Amino acid sequence: MNAPARPNDYTAYPDAKGRFGDYGGQYVPETLMPLVHELDAAYAAAKADPAFQAELAGYLTHYVGRPSPLYFASRLTEHFGGAKIYLKREELNHTGSHKINNCMGQILLAMRMGKTRIIAETGAGQHGVATATVCARFGLPCVVYMGAVDVERQKPNVFRMNLLGAEVRPVTSGSATLKDAMNEALRDWVTNVHDTYYLIGTAAGMHPYPEMVRDFQAVIGREVREQIVEAEGRLPDAVVACVGGGSNAIGLFHPFLNDEGVKLIGVEAAGEGMDTDRHAAAINGGRPGVLHGNMTYLLQDREGQITEAHSISAGLDYPGIGPEHSWLHDVGRATYLTATDAESLDAFMLLSRLEGILPAIESAHALARIGEIARDLGKDGVVVLNLSGRGDKDVNTVAAHLGRQI
Amino acid sequence: MTKSRIDARFAALKAEGRAAFIPYVMAGDPDAATALAILKGLPDAGADLIEVGFPFSDPMAEGPPIQRAAQRALAKGMTLKGTLDLIRAFREGDQATPLILMGYLNPLVTWGFEAFARDAADAGVDGMIVVDCPPEEADPLADALEAHGMALIFLTTPTTDDKRLPTVIRRASGFVYYVSVAGVTGVKEADADAVAPHVERVRRASGLPVAVGFGIKTPERASAIAQVADAVVVGSALVDEVAEAVDLNEDVTRRVLSKVNSLAKAVRFARRGLTAV
Repeated sequence: MNAPARPNDYTAYPDAKGRFGDYGGQYVPETLMPLVHELDAAYAAAKADPAFQAELAGYLTHYVGRPSPLYFASRLTEHFGGAKIYLKREELNHTGSHKINNCMGQILLAMRMGKTRIIAETGAGQHGVATATVCARFGLPCVVYMGAVDVERQKPNVFRMNLLGAEVRPVTSGSATLKDAMNEALRDWVTNVHDTYYLIGTAAGMHPYPEMVRDFQAVIGREVREQIVEAEGRLPDAVVACVGGGSNAIGLFHPFLNDEGVKLIGVEAAGEGMDTDRHAAAINGGRPGVLHGNMTYLLQDREGQITEAHSISAGLDYPGIGPEHSWLHDVGRATYLTATDAESLDAFMLLSRLEGILPAIESAHALARIGEIARDLGKDGVVVLNLSGRGDKDVNTVAAHLGRQI
Repeated sequence: MTKSRIDARFAALKAEGRAAFIPYVMAGDPDAATALAILKGLPDAGADLIEVGFPFSDPMAEGPPIQRAAQRALAKGMTLKGTLDLIRAFREGDQATPLILMGYLNPLVTWGFEAFARDAADAGVDGMIVVDCPPEEADPLADALEAHGMALIFLTTPTTDDKRLPTVIRRASGFVYYVSVAGVTGVKEADADAVAPHVERVRRASGLPVAVGFGIKTPERASAIAQVADAVVVGSALVDEVAEAVDLNEDVTRRVLSKVNSLAKAVRFARRGLTAV
């Protein structure tokens, strides 16, 4: 196969047209084009403004609780008998996942742009909760679109959003899951262009979102760089993260893109197995196409209709993936593995018992592959896994799969 | 033929001094055979051009009526190839009425732009409206369509300001679509007074006829828009007729064509100060 050429500098992407190689772009209706251009310009200005960056850093320190620790998981390391395994503890952030890093950045941008109303989409509810949290903190009205199916299976998060003052609108169109929630949020944005800011939760969608969300999440990888050098005196051999839309993974990967000695490994959700059609692995089981404003790998049928993703993890239950991941896959800079529902449940249990940490079922997908990765790297190796969220939200799901009533 | 059919039709209407009426039907809604019967009846019911929607699973700019129409069509197995089959069947009996396909990009990406353009032109398609393909991303598709004599019709909206307008119409041909409201299809109502200056602005900048759509549901509204625009597009109100006829177990074709007839009359006589009924 002819892979596209690797660039000299990965950090120069996206290009001026919002492209990572063939991927990305701005495939949106004309009504939204002036708005995404406005957002692009506003974000570029904010990114270059030290005052904006200082304000963001202040909230990340005092409100989110950054930096998050880099923790040497000695019992997990011993269990597998391979490379030293470090966990980046994003689950210790306020609201329990990495999602708040992006929400804090975008809410400050929205206010800088004079927007007075925030909308968001959510699947499991983690991004919805993080968005509702920053909206409460800054006193902005918040509408969260959530598939009716997800509203039903994530009731505690719906209630959390309500407690934070957000309105949760169940979406019944299409398949009534995350992709439909995103469609509905886009329809809201098209209708309320004058005052509304769309706070997208992952590094996907139309430019500038993939770049912007990546930048806000790259704090993860920047901290890991410093922390691992302090702990080990060198860069890691590999960094590992789960991938749905891919925001926690790209945040971890990005500061290491130009360090070719650091392997970048994403883990997609294989659901009931890659030999079934019930999975959520866009790169391993899909092909490039256009959805939600960007060209990227997608789950789709032969006709180009988008098919439904399936995963035990609502946070990975999306038929696409961020465009930068699609590009990193094609050029061979990053590797994308998969983990099934069952493997992820086993990994969930393992980390809980060995390290006393309940991982989010999303993060457990990355944990499901860490044993093989650690053994491949060998005892002299060092690997960092992004523990992107905590698993308290998943105890009902896990109990159901164990056949337990709680 | 192809794009020249659009140009010929607008030239003829200009000579008549009236606006065009453009109904929108969703291919395969409620099923392929009924959609074909509707399509075949449209010219006699007063359609000057026809927009045919091809269904997509995730139509992000559509309101509930067209979302549901797409789902009905997909549930009945309609595809982009099936849509071209409908066009081909329609063309057996009508060589004059321009046909515009309207939908989303991904099914075209799947087909391949060049192959699709060839096959669509062969079936008798005259132009394309691709909602999620703004001018910045349109060159590959526009090149393919142009090579086969088809028009890529661009959307302008209330948010398209003077600075942006040249970008939007750079590769426009056939006509330009003016989306009368900021919003999805079939929800807000279009206001002729608000629309008029925009239509004039787009017409002057592009030198092309301007069709107005999104938010035109009644003959009265269609008549008002027909006095300021070169064409009036009605979509959601027609697919709602399909849905209601199915629900009430009525003759779908007759019901849709009857609605088309009343809208077409309103457009036809709008500038003569006659009433539509």
